[in-house]
Amino acid sequence: MPIDKTVNNFAEAVSDISDGSVVMIGGFGGAGGMPHLLMLALRDQGSRNLTIVGNTAGIAAPTGFGWPEGVEPIDHAVLIENGQVTKVIASFPVSGSVSRPNAFETGFRAGEIELEVVPQGTLAERMRAAGAGIAAFYTPTAAGTMLAEGKESRMFGGREYVLEEALHADFALIRARTADTLGNLIYKGTSRTFNPPMAAAARVTIAEVDEIVEPGGIDPERVDTPGIYIQRIVVRPPVLEGGLELP
Amino acid sequence: MRSLSAVKATSIKGERAEGDNRTRRDNMTDPAPRLGREVIAMRVAREFRDGEVVNLGIGIPTLCSDFVPPGVQLMYHSESGLLNCGPLADEGHGDVDLINAGGQFLSPIPGMAYFDSAEAFAMIRGGHVDVTALGALQVSETGDLANWFLPARGVGNVGGAMDLAVGAKRVIVAMEHNGRDKTPKIVSECSFPLTGQGCVGLIVTDIAVIEVLPEGGGLRLIEHAPGWDAASIQSHTGAKLAVSPDLAEITLA
Repeated sequence: MPIDKTVNNFAEAVSDISDGSVVMIGGFGGAGGMPHLLMLALRDQGSRNLTIVGNTAGIAAPTGFGWPEGVEPIDHAVLIENGQVTKVIASFPVSGSVSRPNAFETGFRAGEIELEVVPQGTLAERMRAAGAGIAAFYTPTAAGTMLAEGKESRMFGGREYVLEEALHADFALIRARTADTLGNLIYKGTSRTFNPPMAAAARVTIAEVDEIVEPGGIDPERVDTPGIYIQRIVVRPPVLEGGLELP
Repeated sequence: MRSLSAVKATSIKGERAEGDNRTRRDNMTDPAPRLGREVIAMRVAREFRDGEVVNLGIGIPTLCSDFVPPGVQLMYHSESGLLNCGPLADEGHGDVDLINAGGQFLSPIPGMAYFDSAEAFAMIRGGHVDVTALGALQVSETGDLANWFLPARGVGNVGGAMDLAVGAKRVIVAMEHNGRDKTPKIVSECSFPLTGQGCVGLIVTDIAVIEVLPEGGGLRLIEHAPGWDAASIQSHTGAKLAVSPDLAEITLA
């Protein structure tokens, strides 16, 4: 039987994300590379006590970061505002100013959401390690800072390195431009960011894509993320119900 | 060499107007106007050498790309997964799939390369970025950098700053010399949580250019803004400055 990882709709794609799951959310923080419709589907699905892992914790609403003028942002905040998130792992969790708190910062201050801040490169490498079967690695990043407190460190060549552990997830919600039915992916521009390392780090990776093509529709020389890392693909409509256009 | 007085008249105006409304908690007076953000960026841009790979942080450093000297071609690296890019996109023509690390829309140019976050930071930690310019809350006399966490807020964005601090071959700090209340940002020891230890090589501010000497050798004042002398800069600084015998007025090539 031919392999086809296509899922019919977004609700079905996220239906088995259970309470307490660790969920990675792709992208950098702006509109590009973010799985907007998977996030909305997870909000509607309603699972709770989630740990979400991403570069930001949803900063688009107060900052406009990477969003076109006049388009209502959809990001991690839709899950946080819905009370589904109890822990965030991110490098850039909040807006640039205390006077413009995002939904996460409000929840953090209220003691409802726990935060683990991870340097951006360490965050990506912890995912890469998880996907590559590496339990932990030494990095010079954060040596001598409060983000290294409580972690093992070791000198190599006269320089201090910090031991960082692999970061696994139950699910990764990622975004790509094109998939074939086997799950091979191509991204667009700067919208790769965390999507490839997350795809490899999660037990189940669900890719939201603009188009799905038959095998052979993607040049194998140009595959960005090989389909081995992808369990489900779901195509997003160019225009949502009600005429809302996504960026 | 371009005269500083030619640019300061236009660049400083906005900054001064804002500064005059700030409340100040002490009587330290400025002997002369401070340089505007654009002028700081111009001076930082003079440090870039032809062919270097450059990563510009958010804030004043982002402005540096407007002032790269003629004949100097740089390869811009961004944590958003990009090598080489054009200038900021025109208003209303942004592409959500072409952004810098500050979430601003860029325009494309021939010769760009895209990659994911793991690779973007492998490039940084791996020593492939020649120079980075970063903003700062504090810099210490041994080149410690604090730029990500204000204790009063209790939560901060580290982003890629810690990776750049340890990975870039050269770290230049571009910042205002003093806080809004005139608190010195160059200090003997950082009181804010660190981004990196001993990583800063050069500090460019709105009144001075200061080198961080290697091996804990301290700070050396090498350039001053017009109307500022070594004593007036020292009085606005929270760490001891050695004065270069070649101390000169800031020039913008």
